[in-house]
Amino acid sequence: MSQILVEERSVIIPGEVLAEGMDYLPGDNTYRENDKIYSKVLGLASVSGRVLKITALAGPYVPKVEDKIICQVTDILMSGWRVNTNTAYSAVLNVKDATQRYIKKEEDLSKILAIGDYVVVKITQVTSQNLIDVTMKLPGLRKIEGGRIIKINCQKVPRVIGKKASMISLIKEKTGCDITVGQNGLIWIKGNPEGEFKAEQAIKMIEEKSHYEGLTVKVEEFLS
Amino acid sequence: MVYSERLDGRKIDELRPMEAKVGVVPSADGSASFKTGKTWAIAAIRGPRELFPRFLQNPKKGLLRCHYNMMPFSGSGERIRPGSSRRAQEISMVIMNALEPVVDLSAFPNAVVDVFVDLPQTDAGTRCAAITAAAMALAHAGIPMKDMISSVAVGQVDGTVLADLTYNEEAYDAIVSDIPVAVLHNSKEISLLQMDGEISKDDLIKALELAQTVSEKVYDVQIKALKDYYAKEEKQ
Amino acid sequence: MITNKTAISDLAKQEKRLDVRGLRDYREPIVIDTNISWTAEGSARVQIGETVVMAGVKLSLEKPYNDTPNEGGIMVNAELRPMSSEEYESGPPSIKAVELSRVIDRGIREAKALDMKKLCLEAGEKAWFVTVDIITINDEGNLFDASGLAVLAALKSARFPVVNTENGAINYKEKTEQKLPLTKEPVSVTVYKVGGKFLVDPSKQEEEVYDARLTVASDPNGIISAIQKGGPKPLSIEEISQMSDLAIEKANFLREKLNSFLKDD
Repeated sequence: MSQILVEERSVIIPGEVLAEGMDYLPGDNTYRENDKIYSKVLGLASVSGRVLKITALAGPYVPKVEDKIICQVTDILMSGWRVNTNTAYSAVLNVKDATQRYIKKEEDLSKILAIGDYVVVKITQVTSQNLIDVTMKLPGLRKIEGGRIIKINCQKVPRVIGKKASMISLIKEKTGCDITVGQNGLIWIKGNPEGEFKAEQAIKMIEEKSHYEGLTVKVEEFLS
Repeated sequence: MVYSERLDGRKIDELRPMEAKVGVVPSADGSASFKTGKTWAIAAIRGPRELFPRFLQNPKKGLLRCHYNMMPFSGSGERIRPGSSRRAQEISMVIMNALEPVVDLSAFPNAVVDVFVDLPQTDAGTRCAAITAAAMALAHAGIPMKDMISSVAVGQVDGTVLADLTYNEEAYDAIVSDIPVAVLHNSKEISLLQMDGEISKDDLIKALELAQTVSEKVYDVQIKALKDYYAKEEKQ
Repeated sequence: MITNKTAISDLAKQEKRLDVRGLRDYREPIVIDTNISWTAEGSARVQIGETVVMAGVKLSLEKPYNDTPNEGGIMVNAELRPMSSEEYESGPPSIKAVELSRVIDRGIREAKALDMKKLCLEAGEKAWFVTVDIITINDEGNLFDASGLAVLAALKSARFPVVNTENGAINYKEKTEQKLPLTKEPVSVTVYKVGGKFLVDPSKQEEEVYDARLTVASDPNGIISAIQKGGPKPLSIEEISQMSDLAIEKANFLREKLNSFLKDD
């Protein structure tokens, strides 16, 4: 006899039994052993039809093609730059993926991007060993100037963006800041110092309380 | 059976009072504090992150690396000189072996997950407290884990099989056996097992079964700490 | 790697900081707990914002040094634990740990804060030697000030262990009521120069973009017992004077905080 043993959106710890019986399917962050489905990570339970999954409350960013991320230049290579992705794996930005104009062979790449510079890029390739290629040549991607960078737990990024970007738009509007959210947990905020700090606090509040009910209301209250 | 009343008045299967808290090192990826009686372990996780030296890298999965350290003022006697001792190295290794079966680092090739455990004060059962704290910290860090793991020392003092020995019991003037054990919650399998002292095979089995039972109490404390960390506000 | 270098520097020029604090404001909360470790003769845990350090005092009986037969001794040692920041690795102390140890050590030793003669039990034969170990738990900046406070709090809360009068063995499990002979209480404050302005209690990011820093240990009368200048750029005498004034002012602020936490001791 199949049954679900946990409540929707309850906090589940690794190894906790989510369901018994073969009627249910193991979704993200779960696994099946014999006829039981177990959680593999600390997170919130979620039931979608017959699929049981766990939305992780923490954990490292797993690089995916098409993701927009924020990186920092750590090294200048022969024909590009090595960038830190805030994970265990660095990425390579090729000079041909950084700019439209023709770069001469002897040109000093550090004049385009220097070590320590931050960039908004998109992932174009990820190998099985997590070697990552990125590009800066699409609209919305660029070298970061001004403002400040903050880091949050990457699992909270969807909450910070919100359904149809509703949450991030709310923060932008109320603080007057431009905000670019990287899927890897780095966020670029640009406005006046007080606005930037308010946005930073709002984002940290969402990070801390991502599992609460009525979060949008709380954030709205805070920003008013 | 001479030793039936324990020095601190506990029953033979009673554990020392425990206290656990998650998130005590905010800048780490995950962290937890675990106190059992007067033994206190603080665990923090950093990783997955880049692993150096390169020859340690494993292209199939991430490496779990443990660093057990007693603070210089945490011993029951003189100051402990800082730096790695052979005892600390061995304990680091058994902690790593205890945690390995539950942790899944297949998504992190060539990377490392560092587990740091520092102890501000000790009164026996330190490697058990370290594993218990580390398990909470790993969960808090969002590291994939098949199961939770709980650890406690069992043993026998003067013929009585009991749980959670203190320093005074380990040093008791009689035949003593000190057995640190770590138990996987679902399968009840054992991933840490060491024994010092003397014990009959039958008493050893009794002690291990006792460990499986009392580790449930440790597990309860662990999950409460993790769930409390994410407690939602009361609805008004 | 360094984050927000320009933002911090530009804001400092306008007397602003990333977290909207004043240049002369410490983070909150400041929390000081003593006797946190039952195995130490004295111990403390200090929190400034999210920076957390612990300090523990251990006492031992040794033969005095040849050149000071009537005195005991003190040594302060700091460990930058890898758990406290991704910057620190396991292994022998880095230069940052060594500097932290020695600066805090001198603040106490050179102020003669501990009456070394009172530590001597038998001239030339037996004296108390005090070791204070600083252990960082979470480094979000300003380990200097947090460590100085933790060491002072640990020394103040320390009690001598019982000594067996027959064989001279120390019974570490039993403490007497006797405190350490602390005659002075120097408090250390490190002032940073960022964007041409002076600030205290730097965050981790602010610590990475400073031009120069000055650590000053002082007593309630403003008498200075230790100074250490650090950082890549030089300072003028006028700047040193201003930074010292700020450090002495803030030392009194921290001392008040410490006393408010210790009043129940």
